[in-house]
Amino acid sequence: MRKKSIYSVILIVAFWAVGSGIVLAEELALLTWKGYAPVNLVEKFQKETGITVKVTYSNNEEMIAKLRATRGAGFDLAQPSQDRISSVQQQFKIYQPIDLSKIDSKQIIPSMLEAVKQNTMVDGKPHAVPFCWGTSGLVVNRKFAPNATDYSDLLNAFYNGRISYRLKRPTLIALAFAAGENPFAKYSNEKDYEELMNRIGTAMIAAKPFVKSYWTNGDALLESMRSGEVHLAMAWDGAGWKLHAEDPNIDFVAPRSGALGWIDTFAIPAKAKNVKAAYKWINFMLRPENAAAFTNAEKYGTASNGANQYLDASVRANFERCFPMRHIANIKWYPPVPAKLESIEGKTLDKVKAAQ
Amino acid sequence: MMQIDLSVQHVLKRFGDFTAVNDISFDVESGRFFSILGPSGCGKTTLLRMIAGLAELDSGRIEIRGKDMAGISPNRRPVNLIFQNLALFPMMDVGANIAFGLQRRGESKSGIREKVSAILDRVDLAGFESKRIDQLSGGQKQRVAIARCLVLEPAVLLLDEPLGALDLKLREQMKVELKKLQAKVGTTFVYITHDQSEALVMSDYVAVMNHGEFEQIDTPQNLYSRPQTPFVAQFVGDNNAWSGTIRNCEGTVGEIETDDGFHFRSELHQPLPVGAAVDLFLRPESMLIQPDPSLPDLNRFEVVVRSTLFDGANSRLLVHPVNAETELLVALPQTHQYDYIQKDDTIEIGWATPSGICFPK
Amino acid sequence: MDKNGMHDRLRWGLLLFLTPVFLWLVLLIVLPQIDLLIMSFRVESGYGDSSWSLYNYRQFFEEPIYWLTFVRTAVYSVLVTFLTFVVALPVAFYITKVVHPRFQGFLTVLLLLPFWVSELVRVYGWMILLRESGVINHFLLRMGLLQQPVEMLYQDATMIMGLVYTSMLFMVVPLISALESLDNSLIEAAYDLGANMGSILYKIIIPHATPGIVSGSIVVFMLTLGNYLTPNLMGGKNSLWFTEQIYNQFIASFNWNQGSAFGFLLLFLSSVIVWLGLKLTRQNLRKVVQ
Repeated sequence: MRKKSIYSVILIVAFWAVGSGIVLAEELALLTWKGYAPVNLVEKFQKETGITVKVTYSNNEEMIAKLRATRGAGFDLAQPSQDRISSVQQQFKIYQPIDLSKIDSKQIIPSMLEAVKQNTMVDGKPHAVPFCWGTSGLVVNRKFAPNATDYSDLLNAFYNGRISYRLKRPTLIALAFAAGENPFAKYSNEKDYEELMNRIGTAMIAAKPFVKSYWTNGDALLESMRSGEVHLAMAWDGAGWKLHAEDPNIDFVAPRSGALGWIDTFAIPAKAKNVKAAYKWINFMLRPENAAAFTNAEKYGTASNGANQYLDASVRANFERCFPMRHIANIKWYPPVPAKLESIEGKTLDKVKAAQ
Repeated sequence: MMQIDLSVQHVLKRFGDFTAVNDISFDVESGRFFSILGPSGCGKTTLLRMIAGLAELDSGRIEIRGKDMAGISPNRRPVNLIFQNLALFPMMDVGANIAFGLQRRGESKSGIREKVSAILDRVDLAGFESKRIDQLSGGQKQRVAIARCLVLEPAVLLLDEPLGALDLKLREQMKVELKKLQAKVGTTFVYITHDQSEALVMSDYVAVMNHGEFEQIDTPQNLYSRPQTPFVAQFVGDNNAWSGTIRNCEGTVGEIETDDGFHFRSELHQPLPVGAAVDLFLRPESMLIQPDPSLPDLNRFEVVVRSTLFDGANSRLLVHPVNAETELLVALPQTHQYDYIQKDDTIEIGWATPSGICFPK
Repeated sequence: MDKNGMHDRLRWGLLLFLTPVFLWLVLLIVLPQIDLLIMSFRVESGYGDSSWSLYNYRQFFEEPIYWLTFVRTAVYSVLVTFLTFVVALPVAFYITKVVHPRFQGFLTVLLLLPFWVSELVRVYGWMILLRESGVINHFLLRMGLLQQPVEMLYQDATMIMGLVYTSMLFMVVPLISALESLDNSLIEAAYDLGANMGSILYKIIIPHATPGIVSGSIVVFMLTLGNYLTPNLMGGKNSLWFTEQIYNQFIASFNWNQGSAFGFLLLFLSSVIVWLGLKLTRQNLRKVVQ
């Protein structure tokens, strides 16, 4: 009998050892968006550094929720949008300040680096560096909707049953701009903002019958544009350009009231285990030829200084076609989102979804 | 002439290559207790299920009170079946079980209540309406199952070995009860069983079935004393079998030489040529122990007692003839007259010519 | 004496062996639940500071979109449970009573087969079939039965069909085991006593299978109520499911307090509905769980 209990102790100890003790090859746990870690770059990185990249796909909201649940543990590097960092950091402390001395800042377009530094400043320290940028606007099938020029067309009965957009905050912001408001200016005034959101929500509910679907998955949206089920959608420029390469009738359109500009960043979670590998990945991904490889594949603009020379002609053509000077000047860049606004927006979106 | 309640004509049923019921015909008169007796697998259950409508016939015709049953589903036939396991509905109480059929006919609630209580009274279960099935004893379940069918006043009640699951004592008791009940209600019963005693005790007529065919339809007395086939002779009651050859014939009596060398005189029941090979059957009770020497016309021979098989009124001696191996069972009346007989004793046995039953091989 | 000692040591060994299991249960299941429960009773005001309040629970009852969504979800879940039962009963009956016993195992495996792929894949399969440019529309157009493609996806009926499909197995399996114990002679006896198919179903089969029906219904109801994927993907723009609202509170609105309150309300209200269902069918949980 004594022998038996000794065995069971050994067994338990063995389990603990397996669970915690065994050290694997060096690894980088990356929390990012779909397409932000192309396989060929991941392989190239491993060849250079010997570090394996373990990728988890997500979006802004889930990134924050995941890191909040673990108080910043479980991942070595995340890629939230720059406007979703400062207030989240103030509330939940899920990131650590970024050490710019470890970043090869010559590789980054200076104005973009400066903007991100300013926007992610908490307690006097920056928390992110830029990786790529893009805009949200309209993706239009010119064959069916040649006259769609602004977000307000998303509520237009003319496109009955052929409209698709996300039930997420960018849609609310976009429709507010289209209604002649400046929602960013109302960020500081909760009451005004709530009133604005209610107005937008009411308009969305009234136009709900014209909507085909509220898309949640980028691939699903591409498929319904491709198959002609949807003629008019609000989506990212990269998605529109991807479709344009397949079907010239479909293209991204910078809306009259301004495309919504976003910058996705690199930010290091508070309890990251392999910070060294995180900096290595940041510098690797911003190296011009690597950044250009990413942009060529995903069509999004890059924050890398000097990547332009490596870009495909068609990718450069996308920017020139859709963003003549006046449109660039009209891009509405997201300022940091104050806390609390998300609750107001969430309720508005719930109401729209629940409306029959 | 009595009314024919059930008429089965040339009924045939095959399962693949196997013929379960082979061209069977019989009639059952109104009010009779008719049994079908046969070993398991002889096709009797299939026959019963065809009468109930639960199995289709391949050919032939079944009439109930003169009406052809072809194409009439079980729920519309004026017959009811009592299943081997009784198939009482455990989700209903006794009253609901019995009322089930009446409700299906759409009878009025008060009428149903009266009928249920009357039939329960009849099977001596008055006041049992609200009992659950699992509260009943084996015999009570039996009676509920019968009541559940009888309340529908069927033309023919079919019973599929309903006593099979009961223990011996209860089975003996139920045999008598069932017979009395049938006499009381006067419903025509068609009863199938593999137990010859059940069939003999209760029935007016018994059909002995083997390999899908009827061997003999007769009264229990005739089946026992005048079996028409070797199968019936062996299946109904115990019999000692002896094989031999006819050596001589005088009218209806033949002289038989058995294979082990005995010479017997036996009634033949049918003309058989000299030299024919026969099976000779002798009931244990037709053999007399130490018969009076004055009795004439007895086939007498000496046997050695191998053992005494005590079974109350059914006790026997297991013996073998001197100088032969054939084992014989001899009835041993429990009158203390033969208490002196011991193992290994040599005694004389005798049987009268009319007791022998002979069939050609 | 010696036996006692052995017993003691055995018990200690067992305790030691089960410690990781206990730890796992407590650390990963119980503690987070308690954490969420506490969170559901707290309200955050501004940055970091929070106070005790029933506000999150009040919100549910005061804001019609929340409790209406719950009512909608519950009503649809009951409907799905009923439809699943209606579809599953003939299937279970066919497998247990009609088909040759040799094929029973095969048919049951066939029934299990779709469940070897994830729910997500199954739902995408339906979407490929049903969408406006999907397979079914393609064939209907080809055969000339339709002039215009019809959007079959993104409708409540489609969502209910998807949920029924997803839940089938959880109803069929308990029904099969319930019907297997039903003696065929009961059905034949009822038939012989004058019952037709309808009354055999209502008087014999359903009463006999009630424990199986109830346990299947509880599982299907709870799974449907707690489903997130199918209503979200197949239901389309009008299909707000209560689980989605919980998700939204946690993920989109960052309001974990409200989200946990919704979570516990879902747990509580669905338990109440199951309890009511048991009372109505006069079953008790112990009997059903057996």
